[in-house]
Amino acid sequence: MSDSAKKRVEVQDLRLSYGDKEVIHGISFDIRDREIFGIIGPAQSGKTSLLRCLNRTVEFTASARMSGLVKVDGEDIMKVKDVYSLRRKIGMVAPLPVGLPLSIYDNVAFAPRCSGITNKSELDAVVEKCLRQAALWDEVKDRLDSLGTKLSGGQQQRLTIARALSHQPEILCLDEFSIAIDPVTTMRIEEVLKELRKEITIILVTNLTQQARRLADRTMFLWNGEIVELDRNEVIFSDKPANRKTYEYVNGIFG
Amino acid sequence: MSSSTTPALPPVLPPVEAIPPEMRFVETDLVRTKLKRQKIAKAVFGTMSVAMILPLLLIIGYLVERAWPSLSLEFLIDVPRAGMKEGGIWPALIGTIYLVFISLAVSAPIGIMAAIYLNEYAKDNWFNRIINLAVINLAGVPSIVHALFGLGAFVYAANLGYSIISASLTLAIMTLPVIIASTREALASVPMSFREACWNVGATRWQTIKAIVLPNSISGILTGVILQVSRAAGETAPIMFTGVVFYKAVERGTLLPYYLNEQCMALSMHLYTLSTQVPDVKESLPFATAVVLLASVLMVNASAIALRVYLRSRKKW
Repeated sequence: MSDSAKKRVEVQDLRLSYGDKEVIHGISFDIRDREIFGIIGPAQSGKTSLLRCLNRTVEFTASARMSGLVKVDGEDIMKVKDVYSLRRKIGMVAPLPVGLPLSIYDNVAFAPRCSGITNKSELDAVVEKCLRQAALWDEVKDRLDSLGTKLSGGQQQRLTIARALSHQPEILCLDEFSIAIDPVTTMRIEEVLKELRKEITIILVTNLTQQARRLADRTMFLWNGEIVELDRNEVIFSDKPANRKTYEYVNGIFG
Repeated sequence: MSSSTTPALPPVLPPVEAIPPEMRFVETDLVRTKLKRQKIAKAVFGTMSVAMILPLLLIIGYLVERAWPSLSLEFLIDVPRAGMKEGGIWPALIGTIYLVFISLAVSAPIGIMAAIYLNEYAKDNWFNRIINLAVINLAGVPSIVHALFGLGAFVYAANLGYSIISASLTLAIMTLPVIIASTREALASVPMSFREACWNVGATRWQTIKAIVLPNSISGILTGVILQVSRAAGETAPIMFTGVVFYKAVERGTLLPYYLNEQCMALSMHLYTLSTQVPDVKESLPFATAVVLLASVLMVNASAIALRVYLRSRKKW
């Protein structure tokens, strides 16, 4: 991927604080079109908060204060009039699978319905496409009416991914999607991601450095709300990344 | 014990393999004490719960026994006769139904909507904190104070006079804070992660509330509202000051005996009147009135429980 590739997300001097506590201390980076952008770092390093900034769901936390410039597709997210269309542009998958207490069909059809699609055949098409993309269709196609919450954990996580794809996002954010599911399902979802990257940009936040190594094109190492290093995977996961800390973290010899 | 003596070590047990299998569990003093305490705790708590139910059963038994000579369908649908010394309770029964339904028709929608605002929309700022505090404190205001408020606000200031509508509005004000509190509790029981999942796919707050929050909290909301029926039916002070009278002549068994701008009779007030104001009343009459009041309250509570069980069986997570 060339450096001149189109920028999907531009972040300049982003700061975020909850009350008096600043958790992201002025970070800047770009995310390019159709890359898998890995974000690694220990707990409390600001990974999830960063994602919540991107689609402005951080605003639901009353004490959160955000400053700096974040552009998605060249548009300043603080200035977009319709925050809901911004959120539809960014698919978000949370660490723990959340099947909404609706049928499997309604789980996936929820977002299209919210944006005003009511045509049954159109909804059917979206539901099937997203469930196929999330590698769940074959398992649930005969019981789309049963409850999403009754699925197993791994299935629910794929349902969550299907839901995140249902509003046709251009960017898909996965926040430690594999912590609640088994390794086999994780590998299946990783295969799904490799397919998806042909069409959309993926931001992969993960605790598993090996997962970032397998999937990402570039990886950013966050530490206490600051970027330690951001580079192509060949550098980050090599013997000689620019920062010694990166080497230690990636190879598990930290502290 | 002086500091120089070594503390007693626990007895050294032989290795498990050395003990024959059937003897490996040894009941030490510690085990015996634990089991004894366990039994005592269970007995104490069990006694308390029985001690709570027993008086209730005794009261109901006593009431029904004393009321028995008067209890009949005729008692329900007849009007009081002979200076309230005989006859039935129809005007009071129908008056209580009027008051309860009108008051809840006012307080339930307002309370539920206010609770939705407070729980789903309101930011945590000083203004909303004051509203919260006000709601909590309103729930603790004695009913006699609500009565005086209703007298001033509805009977005089709003010029509604002593009427069913004034009394109902007073009851509505009284039940409102409790409905708000119980509705908020029901809403808060819907996991936050559901809301976040909806927001993440670009749903507005209202779309989230409509599709996820309300369908999954409706059982708790309705239960909270229904429980206020019994509270509204039982209160005497607020309605006595604002629109309920000792006696009002209505036709026997008629379903719509009152206009809303009229005064009416009510069960709780009728019971008070019979027991304190009417000389030489037939002895079983006040008891029968109490039984009817109690039975209607229990029936409403039972329906709340049935509704909750039904809705919970459809719970989706």
